[in-house]
Amino acid sequence: MDRQVSMQGQGVVGMAVVAPKLSSAARRRQLREKVIAGIITAMAFTGIAALVLILVFVAKEALALFLDAEARHEASLSKMFLPQVARAGRPATFVWQPVSSVPKVSMIPLFIGTLKTTLVSMVVAVPVGVAGALFAAEFAPRRLREVLKPTIELLAGVPSVVLGFFVLMVLASFMQDTFGVGSRLNALVAGLGLSLAIVPVIFTVTEDSLTAVPRSYREASLALGATPWETAWKVVLPAAAPGILAACVLGFGGAIGETMIVLMASGNAAIVSASLMDSARTLSATIAAEMGEVVVGSPHYSLLFFLGVELFVFTFLLNMLASTWTRRVLKRLSGAGA
Amino acid sequence: MKHTWRRAVGGALTSLTGLAALLIVALLAVILLDALRGGAAHVTWRFLTEPPSDGMMGGGIFPALYGTAALTLLMTLAVMPVGVLTAVYLHEYAPPGSRLARAVRVAVVNLAGVPSIVFGLFGVGFFIHFVGGNLDRLLGYQELHWAQPGILWASLTLAVLTLPVVIVATEEALRAVPMEHRTASLALGATQSQTLARVVLPGALPGILTGAVLAISRGAGEVAPILFTGAAYFLPELPHSMNSQFMHLGYHSYVLATQSPDVEATRPLLYATVLVLLALTFALNLVAVLIRARTRRRAAAAH
Amino acid sequence: MKTFIASLTSLLLLVLPGTSQAGTLTVKGSDTLVILAQRWAEEFMKKNPATKLQVTGGGSGVGLSALINGTTDIAMSSRPIKDAENKQLSARSNAPATQIAVAKDGVTFYVNESNKLDALTAEQLRDIYLGDITNWKDVGGLDAPIVVYSRENSSGTYVFVKDHLLKGEDYTASAQTLPGTAAVVNAVAKEKNGIGYGGAAYAKGIKELKVLQGKEAIAPSEENIKSGKYPLSRELYFYLRAKPAGDAKAFLDFVLSPEGQALATKVGYFPVK
Repeated sequence: MDRQVSMQGQGVVGMAVVAPKLSSAARRRQLREKVIAGIITAMAFTGIAALVLILVFVAKEALALFLDAEARHEASLSKMFLPQVARAGRPATFVWQPVSSVPKVSMIPLFIGTLKTTLVSMVVAVPVGVAGALFAAEFAPRRLREVLKPTIELLAGVPSVVLGFFVLMVLASFMQDTFGVGSRLNALVAGLGLSLAIVPVIFTVTEDSLTAVPRSYREASLALGATPWETAWKVVLPAAAPGILAACVLGFGGAIGETMIVLMASGNAAIVSASLMDSARTLSATIAAEMGEVVVGSPHYSLLFFLGVELFVFTFLLNMLASTWTRRVLKRLSGAGA
Repeated sequence: MKHTWRRAVGGALTSLTGLAALLIVALLAVILLDALRGGAAHVTWRFLTEPPSDGMMGGGIFPALYGTAALTLLMTLAVMPVGVLTAVYLHEYAPPGSRLARAVRVAVVNLAGVPSIVFGLFGVGFFIHFVGGNLDRLLGYQELHWAQPGILWASLTLAVLTLPVVIVATEEALRAVPMEHRTASLALGATQSQTLARVVLPGALPGILTGAVLAISRGAGEVAPILFTGAAYFLPELPHSMNSQFMHLGYHSYVLATQSPDVEATRPLLYATVLVLLALTFALNLVAVLIRARTRRRAAAAH
Repeated sequence: MKTFIASLTSLLLLVLPGTSQAGTLTVKGSDTLVILAQRWAEEFMKKNPATKLQVTGGGSGVGLSALINGTTDIAMSSRPIKDAENKQLSARSNAPATQIAVAKDGVTFYVNESNKLDALTAEQLRDIYLGDITNWKDVGGLDAPIVVYSRENSSGTYVFVKDHLLKGEDYTASAQTLPGTAAVVNAVAKEKNGIGYGGAAYAKGIKELKVLQGKEAIAPSEENIKSGKYPLSRELYFYLRAKPAGDAKAFLDFVLSPEGQALATKVGYFPVK
């Protein structure tokens, strides 16, 4: 008796909050929706999965360097980073010469080569890219801007092998005829080619950051009597600064990872020197040039994958830095703007 | 007086920045003109439809065109479904503040920054050795059948490389579809997936197409990822199966520029190949830029 | 739209069945040999349309690695196979490599056409490539730094010069490495103070150096190479995993036939007999 009453009581309360009973068709629809949503959510994992898989499988092949005895002997960490005696009777130096009776695997010439070419490309691309973006965002008439942006996006679409070809055939000869440098293919020439590759990225991201600055900033500055240029230099640029820094960092990452241009235009000599007129050998070009020669599973093979891990880690860190700065600029501007 | 001086400085600096912008455009023009000058004369219908002959010193580049087309077709088939659905998740399904959505975005940004040669290593380590090796073992092949460079692995490698491009373009396209369309559809009783399939995706189609076109342009031009996953220099016949090697415009340009047997004799051929590659990527990018400009204008009007 | 995609997909499935490449002979390796091998392949396929040949370069090291990895049938090499490589091959295919000499070549050192020098001794060449001599005036030329060009370490020519000229020592670190002999020729042709090396067949647009032995300047000419008088003459090889059979044998028979060897001469090499 009690039970009946309590159940009835429950039933009354229940009825007030329970949804109307679904028809079987409606239930099928809901199930279908859930399945579709599930599939789409699962798809989202592929992006994360791809990144993780890249790291895992590149690192896996490099792991032999630390696990296999022969590889560990040939390419120990000390051999990679500390000076070694390359020729009997000569002082210890940094040499990269993995195909040899005694393999020499110093990373230092490769780091220096990568750094030299990247630095040259940044020194050229950052001023040109930021200045160009400043022009496009602040001073160019609207119609010119609408032509300029897509044109520079077209430059972004030029394949790097074509840029490398252009540098190899035209730019290198031009530099040699005009400046009479020693090596025709050197870090400077390769750096100039790299700058062609990264200027579009720096331009586009800088321009996006500058246009994200709210109009109120500019209007207030002009109202206080500043000229358009003073506004741009003292108000807009500082406001967009984190975004511009992010653009530079992205450009830097792109330059470090670029392969075809340096492969064709840098001379590929693993030299340790400060001169930009010397040939240079970068990490990426080393992988591209030597990968064909290796026997799968050999220490040299693992070493090249290790170079790949280094490249992955560098560019990953740079990208995280750029993301943090971009988020900061967006937060600052959207919070303050009105 | 002081104001005039400030304005003059401003004018000078404006010109300087304008020059910087002009410099970038000028360099693009120089590259184009140089390729045209060196190769335009050589690009004939015969050049585009004949295979190479005389040890690469004559003939045409048809196999490279075919290889590039086949490669990018396979790549597009692989990347579009995954990329579009990922963007759909990010824009349509992800709850606000979702940790998964944030993780996916971080992953996409980083994927875009991975050096192309590292993709090549990934293609060798994952597709050729891991997937290919296991496939061979499962199917009982004694010799290397799937665990070697081939068009399938190269196109899958490129698909991973162009995934960020498709995701970003699709998200932009989805954003351009006005919210009112979605709410109207839902108000009329459609489910979310029905709204997606019949209202949102058709509305976002131009932007999705941009993504496809940009992906194809990248796939046609990238050489580093295919160096060890399937590109070849001289093949007697067109790729006819999933594990065939293939010729490729970008790879062909690279090899002709650095390893050709007779530099002077192959120079016109090299320039012509580069011109065709440049024209192709240019045309694709132009189409994408035009569609994107139209989409941006529609998005601005819709919000 | 849907029908378009469907038709495209079905076209694709028609065009790319998952069958294996039966009947294709892969030849891979030395850039020195690749132009000759392509010519051989073209002629051979004209006579035997049923067999397909696929020829790729990359360097002797690439070819031999591919032979070990199993991704090629014939490896072209401009140097003899190393013991270490042979051991790896035996480990994977239960037999050492089968070596067949297919042509003769003379490794030539090139300088720019404007360079006044005609000949250098082997010791001078060695010192230049070890980095001990860095100025042209030290070998009788103008006062200018020597720009040294070399090949990537996957090249058989690289290894041959290292073993026979440098006596096993490493090249100077400042040698610019280029991915192919043609790139070396191109570079030296553009660089007044350049020096480079490569197969005799590539020497166009630059000046070939003669090797000075005592009072005699030996040129990399046909008779000097065939007789072995030119000190840097070498044999070029095809390597296989087992004794040639079937298509491979037919191809090799053609290569070693008078017609095949005449083709070698036409391309700029020298017959092996």
